[in-house]
Amino acid sequence: MTPRTEALRPEERPPPTRRGVHVKLMQLTEVRDNGFRPERTLPVRVELVRQLRRRRTQIAALVLLVLPIIIALAFKVSSNTSSGSGQGSTGPPLVSLATRGAMNFALFTEFASVGFLLVVIVALFCGDTVASEANWSSLRYLLAIPVPRTRLLRQKLIVALFLSFGANLLLPTWSFVVGGGFFGWAPGQSPLGGTFTTAAALERMLIVVGYASVQSLLVAALAFLLSVLTDAPLGAVGGATMLVVVSNILDSIPPLDPYRQFLPTYFQHSWLDALGQDIVWDDMMRGTGLALVYSAVFFALAWWRFQKKDILS
Amino acid sequence: MPRGWRARRGAVAAAVLLVVAVPITASTLSSPPEINTRSQLIPGTPEAGTAVELDTTVYLPEATPAPAILLAHGFGGSKGDLDSDARVLAEDGYVVLAYTARGFGRSGGLIHLDAPAYEVSDASKLISYLATMREVSQDAPGDPRVGVAGASYGGGLALLVGAYDRRVDALAADITWNDLSQALFPNFAGGQPGVFKKLWAGELFASAAGNKGGACGRFAPDLCAAYQKAARTGEPDASILKLLSASSPAGVLKRITAPTLLSQGQQDSLFPLGEADANARGIAADGTPVKVIWRSGGHDGEDETADRVQDLQAWFAPVLLRRGEVDLSFDVVVPRSGISSTGRTVSQNLRVDRGYPSARTQAVGLTGQAQTIDAPAGGNPAALTSVPGLGNLLRNAAAPSTPQRVRGQVAKFASQPLPSALLVAGSSTVDLQVTAQGATDATLFASAHHVTADGTDRLPAGLVAPIRLTGLTPGVARKVTVKLPGVVRNLPAGDRLVLEVATTDLAYQVPGSPRSYTIALAGTTLAVATVDGRVLRAGQPWIWLLAGIAAILLLLLGALMAAVRGRRRRRRTVVDELSGVPVVIEDLVKEYGDGYRAVDHVSFRVERGQVVGLLGPNGAGKTTTLRVLMGLIRPTSGAVHVFGEPVEAGAPVLSRIGAFIEGPGLLPHLSGRENLRLFWAATGRPPQDAEFDTALEIAGLGESVDRGVKTFSHGMRQRLAIAQAMLGLPELLVLDEPTNGLDPLQIAEMREVLRRYAETGRTVVISSHLLAEVEQTCSHVVVMHKGRLVAVGSVAEIAGVGGMQLKVENPERAREILAAAGVESRTVPARRSLEDIFIEMVGADSEAVHIHDQGAPMTKARQ
Repeated sequence: MTPRTEALRPEERPPPTRRGVHVKLMQLTEVRDNGFRPERTLPVRVELVRQLRRRRTQIAALVLLVLPIIIALAFKVSSNTSSGSGQGSTGPPLVSLATRGAMNFALFTEFASVGFLLVVIVALFCGDTVASEANWSSLRYLLAIPVPRTRLLRQKLIVALFLSFGANLLLPTWSFVVGGGFFGWAPGQSPLGGTFTTAAALERMLIVVGYASVQSLLVAALAFLLSVLTDAPLGAVGGATMLVVVSNILDSIPPLDPYRQFLPTYFQHSWLDALGQDIVWDDMMRGTGLALVYSAVFFALAWWRFQKKDILS
Repeated sequence: MPRGWRARRGAVAAAVLLVVAVPITASTLSSPPEINTRSQLIPGTPEAGTAVELDTTVYLPEATPAPAILLAHGFGGSKGDLDSDARVLAEDGYVVLAYTARGFGRSGGLIHLDAPAYEVSDASKLISYLATMREVSQDAPGDPRVGVAGASYGGGLALLVGAYDRRVDALAADITWNDLSQALFPNFAGGQPGVFKKLWAGELFASAAGNKGGACGRFAPDLCAAYQKAARTGEPDASILKLLSASSPAGVLKRITAPTLLSQGQQDSLFPLGEADANARGIAADGTPVKVIWRSGGHDGEDETADRVQDLQAWFAPVLLRRGEVDLSFDVVVPRSGISSTGRTVSQNLRVDRGYPSARTQAVGLTGQAQTIDAPAGGNPAALTSVPGLGNLLRNAAAPSTPQRVRGQVAKFASQPLPSALLVAGSSTVDLQVTAQGATDATLFASAHHVTADGTDRLPAGLVAPIRLTGLTPGVARKVTVKLPGVVRNLPAGDRLVLEVATTDLAYQVPGSPRSYTIALAGTTLAVATVDGRVLRAGQPWIWLLAGIAAILLLLLGALMAAVRGRRRRRRTVVDELSGVPVVIEDLVKEYGDGYRAVDHVSFRVERGQVVGLLGPNGAGKTTTLRVLMGLIRPTSGAVHVFGEPVEAGAPVLSRIGAFIEGPGLLPHLSGRENLRLFWAATGRPPQDAEFDTALEIAGLGESVDRGVKTFSHGMRQRLAIAQAMLGLPELLVLDEPTNGLDPLQIAEMREVLRRYAETGRTVVISSHLLAEVEQTCSHVVVMHKGRLVAVGSVAEIAGVGGMQLKVENPERAREILAAAGVESRTVPARRSLEDIFIEMVGADSEAVHIHDQGAPMTKARQ
């Protein structure tokens, strides 16, 4: 092959502006093995940095950190103004017990957040992850590295689930600390009567966090599937949130029995069964099973779709 | 891309449908069947020589003949109360006969309190009527298959009918009595009739009598007289005891042979759980199957009628419809044992382990000195625990279920805080020493309170145990065993049980003379009734969990199989003889979902060291070709090999290509430098291979490289993305429209870079719609138009298709000279550039153009 340069007349030749590059290029030798290993692409650490550096991750964390403080302040203000003793107060017991101490405050915050806030945050982490890459067009460059498609989904899912689980863990833990600071470290009190020892309280909190995380898995899977299906991050996050809201609405229609129990959100509050003197596992077992089935289906669909998908974004 | 959007919308719609539509469709499909009703008056037992007619309604199911259910109403009610239950049962496939009992509503006759000679006999007549109906299935001539169900007054009737009429096949009695004299004159210390339950008795009498004028209303005269006498004295005499005994199932339970469902309310000061307990023991004594439910509500609480009719459905189906198994388990609703999804405490169903009766007791130590308590003259002021019909009112008042007691009238014996949680379920018992002062009889009210750690005092269901002792010697203690009313409560650890003994209760008749009693514990413990069981939620939870785990395992298995298959396929298909050729595209076709053919049978090769320009107007299929080359989209047919390896999504050979396709794809929240760094980190290749400095120099962004990408201009992003493509100086560089957005100087620079790049033995493929650019930059060109290949070859060959040309000043003169020299000539337009060729090619549209390279046809465009 004749080098093209010689075919050009000297006056057509543009003035090279960065000689260094050209010198470098001229010195290059041919390379053979470029050190590429598919199983080394997109390490979890790299993907984590990519996500952690995003503003939305930081804002989500900020919300989770600020929310317990706002709730605590609200309780502080309202208990000062109403001067209620808390004794015999009406309303859901988790609310009336919220100011009893660290654990009850953490339980209340969890109860208040699990239905919507945590859903939105998990949907954000898992729904945004692929769709936003498609939106930025960076998805095709990752795939051209090439990060194998299965691996890309796997690494993104690991990081998204890690962040989701972090949110699920951060909220009660931080609420516990905030609750302790505001309302003291009194032993946890069951809404059904009685108190928990520290060990029992820790065990119950672990069950609550564990179960809430399993329920989050369902939302995560749904959001992840939508994330693969659409190139619009808002569509994935909003779609998953909307489906959860729709499921919640249907869940509030008793005539839909006995089909209601198959709604994805039917068992989302079953961790409350862990707050009695005896833990009732029935519904938590059902809820876990249902969440796993839905998650498996959604994940399978996501993988199947992404394998065949033409990346046009 | 419209196709992509349609696919996405379809998928999202499918997901929504899955979650939303399935339950709705399923529930609408099961629309209720049509129920026909027929109201008529049926003759009952004549009374005092006159005929009595009963007001009835028959509910006919869709399919007949069907088993029948006779429904009886509560005291003071009528058949109208039964309408919704009757419809539900008729929908289940029963012929339902609901009727108004004599003495109520539009039925004739007088009230005899479920007397065998009147009300029970009426029910038998109705069963005989059912035997004549062809819509009712018959066990034998004159013997219909029939169940009898009712609540309270109707429940008592059901049990009595079951005892007196052997044709009855199944019974269901809700919140009813065992012994009316014990219910109206309870004595929880056993023995003779006890303390007159004056508020309830008055309430019941008024509810029936008030329907009609006169002191007795529609009560039978004998009953009315006996009641009035007892109400006046507070003491039952023989006449009323005889009447009440006739109206009580207690004496005839042994005669019941039909399987019986007994449900009793926990919020019931009229007929507490003990009544159902006595019935259950009496019926089961001879082996008749009995199911017991301790439900929520009762005469003092609100009823959830939906739950009641569900109990009936579940109970009657196996017996009458022969559908499913008879369930004789003992179910207890435990109040405040769970938390609903709205955060409120709710009741849960406990299935007791060994059926009924399987109560055991647990001793809870009580302490307290002997205490002397006063009974005031006239029983006033009196403690207030529960008021008939006002039960709801009290519970909604400011102090929920906290009893109002009078100081000096109550003896208290408290337990230590419970070491562990305790489920109180049933009647607890305690032994007391009672010493009366100034009287030979004693009337006392014992109750077990539940005091939480913070001091809140609750009396479960507001139930007290009235005790009446007679024949006492003043100053001499008598030991009595008190069986407290049955309750169901979950006591958490740390709470205490407090036994209280009081001298007054507003709901009961107490002696008028003042006296005092000394109360002491005879033992040291309260024998607390409890049951062992587990919270019941229908179905097997394990199945759900196993299904979930199985689904996840299937998912993992599928992933594993897909991975193994993919690796095997890749290993098979490497073409060794092409390993030195950067790109070989063979017969490539890409058709999108909507039928648009973006690339149509395109073949070409790119050899090492070439700078190949993919030339064509917008929509020629250049970008689609490059996307297939990068494994981003799957070709409809044809193959692409890069260095001999077939290209597909994730093919490792793609790592030897640096690509810039259809605009930059950068992370906007990161700086230019971080973008390059993270991109390289994502390749997982050694950092020293990245050649960051070279790439950054090519990008030429200067200081701006450390600014956020979102502040970059289009050209800056373009340059950064090209630098990203050149990271690691790949063997094959694929650039799609690289000069878009660059200024002329940068274009010139880029040209030089690409030329130098190819000189190192690497290969460059660029696509462009700018002819000048391709002509100046590339060594070879692939011309595409409307998805088809138009021409392939070196720039020199294509530009020089017409052979050598001679430029002359004066063509006419030249022709003359040539003609004179015997050379024929003609004038043609000069072909100076690729642009002319291209316009000719494309303008000719689908005309085939053959380009000869070393004499052999290299490729041709197809029609």
